[in-house]
Amino acid sequence: MELGIRKIIGIGNFYITETVIFAWIISLAMIAFAFFSTRKLDKTPKGIQLYAEYFVEAIYNFVQNTMGKHNIKFAPYIGTLFIFLLLGNLLGLLGLRPITANVNTTFALATFTFLLIQYSAIKSRRFKGYIKNMSQPYIFMLPINIIGEISFPISLSFRLFGNITGGTIIMMLAYGGLEKLSELIFKKVPFLMIAIPLPLNLFFDIFEGLLQAFIFTMLTMVFIAHGIPEKNET
Amino acid sequence: MSLVTPQAFVLGLSAIGAAVAMFSAIGIGIGQGFAAGKAVEGVARQPEASGDIIKTMLVGQAVTETTGIFAFIVAIVLLFANPFINML
Repeated sequence: MELGIRKIIGIGNFYITETVIFAWIISLAMIAFAFFSTRKLDKTPKGIQLYAEYFVEAIYNFVQNTMGKHNIKFAPYIGTLFIFLLLGNLLGLLGLRPITANVNTTFALATFTFLLIQYSAIKSRRFKGYIKNMSQPYIFMLPINIIGEISFPISLSFRLFGNITGGTIIMMLAYGGLEKLSELIFKKVPFLMIAIPLPLNLFFDIFEGLLQAFIFTMLTMVFIAHGIPEKNET
Repeated sequence: MSLVTPQAFVLGLSAIGAAVAMFSAIGIGIGQGFAAGKAVEGVARQPEASGDIIKTMLVGQAVTETTGIFAFIVAIVLLFANPFINML
């Protein structure tokens, strides 16, 4: 495994990388799951429909607990983001490169989240209220608040990218070292790579991937809910 | 004729710079450990609120981690995409 971009097809400066191909495959898998789980809908769910309903219900409950009942309309975006990031992070288990170990993926997702935050904040407060909320507590704090808002997608994307890339580099070093070590003992039989890297796989691929997908979606939810004023419950 | 070429000098000092940049991991370790300790105290006092406490702890630790992640980005840029080698 190497760290640089890996071109698959393309001419000159225009090419398609490995990351884009994997992202397409994951998107197609998600679309196929959504398509096939909603054929032949039944009142008593069974089979694939049961899993889909369980997942959708869990996401709706989670969004409602975190963002409040008036923000339930963001649940489809949150759920899609979570499962896309989860599948993207878990690619490391198959020995492939996780799509989130490329800063372009994470920065695109964080930019989309940033635009959604600003859009929902402007829509719910109107433009005047938005400017007023940004210039709290005093009007001369406006530039500092704007810098703080802009730094949010940068820190969000670098957090995900840094965690996954760090895990990838450590896995790469561990596999390389074990391969060289077993070459010293037996030629051409990498027997040390059989079960020894399993705890590392467990931590850096499964635990870290799950945790970082959760944290990305959680911070997205917290910041979207932060921009929208709470309505008085009637 | 010098023994050390300019490229080797720049690469060696960049590796030292990457190591120095990762010293910020000390601060993150202390901060995340502090947050985890306080969360354990909270769970021990109120076991029924453990779900909320763990969720809040994870988000807080993720925000704490940001400085370390920036240092890590600086370190891997110095190691894998060195900007100084093109300045020679």
